Amino acid sequence: MLYTNLKHIETAADHAKIISENENVMVICGRMGPMCIPVYGIAEEIENQYSHVQFYDMEFDNPESHVIRSLSEVKGFMGIPFTIYYKNGKVAKATSSIQTIEQVTSILNQEYGNAQKS
Amino acid sequence: MHTQNHFDVIVIGGGPAGLTAGIYLSRARLKTLILNEGTIGGQMVLTHEIANYPGVENINGFQLSNIMKKQAKTFGCEIRSNIMIKDLILDKAVKTVILSDGTIYTSDSVILTPGGRSRTLNVEGEDVFKGKGISYCATCDGDFFKDKEIVVVGGGNSALEECVSLTKYVSKATIVHQFDHFQAFQYAVEEASNHEKINFIMESSIVAFHGNENLESIDIKNLRTGEISNFKTDGVFIFIGYVPNTEFLKDKIKLNQWGEIVVNTDMETDIEGVYAAGDSIAKKYRQITTSVGEATIAAMAASEYLHKKQILQFTKN
Repeated sequence: MLYTNLKHIETAADHAKIISENENVMVICGRMGPMCIPVYGIAEEIENQYSHVQFYDMEFDNPESHVIRSLSEVKGFMGIPFTIYYKNGKVAKATSSIQTIEQVTSILNQEYGNAQKS
Repeated sequence: MHTQNHFDVIVIGGGPAGLTAGIYLSRARLKTLILNEGTIGGQMVLTHEIANYPGVENINGFQLSNIMKKQAKTFGCEIRSNIMIKDLILDKAVKTVILSDGTIYTSDSVILTPGGRSRTLNVEGEDVFKGKGISYCATCDGDFFKDKEIVVVGGGNSALEECVSLTKYVSKATIVHQFDHFQAFQYAVEEASNHEKINFIMESSIVAFHGNENLESIDIKNLRTGEISNFKTDGVFIFIGYVPNTEFLKDKIKLNQWGEIVVNTDMETDIEGVYAAGDSIAKKYRQITTSVGEATIAAMAASEYLHKKQILQFTKN
């Protein structure tokens, strides 16, 4: 399990349940490495401002994360984390490798609507 | 009269140095704000295992960073991360920090701990193929390049050691380095030189990345002849050292030729009331422990500075 302060997805079944029951879900699938940790940090930082989005992580080396690794949208990705933005259970956007807060918030704003300051 | 956004000390940077300064200052009952542009913990969070931090047997950087952050907050330190600094005024008695979202903070003293970051090549296509063939971390992305041919850029210990570690996955690795010799230790040079999967292109640098969905080739410039040739590759790993995050301090405080902040033994910069610590200062050894020590000195010197300033104001009145 990843030791971030985000909520963790540990099974494919949980993953399916979460994306089917929530309209807006962002899942960061990675390891505790230098390209991934900054993205978890960004998600932790902005989580409260995007209360209409559910933020999760999933361990890349967990066999259950095949649900993300086998997505057609990540074909060709060669850098972790794979960050998947789901809208109504479908992939709206996917990114590979480290991202800046501007890149993340730009996608969140575009796909889910702007931050709602808490 | 000071506003709610006025602090005794503003610490810029939230790595081990910044968090240590935050702990010491807030414990001394000084109103303290840490402003951090990236992830709290800085380079420390990227360390998988820390085995030489005194008093802690074994911990990873992310956990140590979380403990330091919690400690600082417990003492009342305020922390804002993932912000962007638009401007700062340091050469006045009251220091001002302006964020890109328009928020203005002021303080009587500032401690600069912006740390450093991995250097990038900054050439055409680098941003486009990041995560699609370009990587800065062998441990993270090595397994995506199984049986593929890759290029490693750099000539220091990291480049050579990471290249050797990547040979577990790749069929062939070519090291591209700008000089005719390596900066790495001899053992690392020998290990790479003797490895059957590793080749070298010396006195050369990458000037462009090309591909469609993924990286397919690079342009390599021979720095001696100026000739540019195209080189097919599945991936490029870049290990070309670190740079201090001090661009925003240019023309505001004294920096050396490498952009590092120049400080005295009290961690004081050339501006009164402004101190610095951590990986962004001019120094030889960059360790978590050295950053923590420097930040302790900076915090205590800043406290003393504020105390003297208050006494001076009191005697004037």
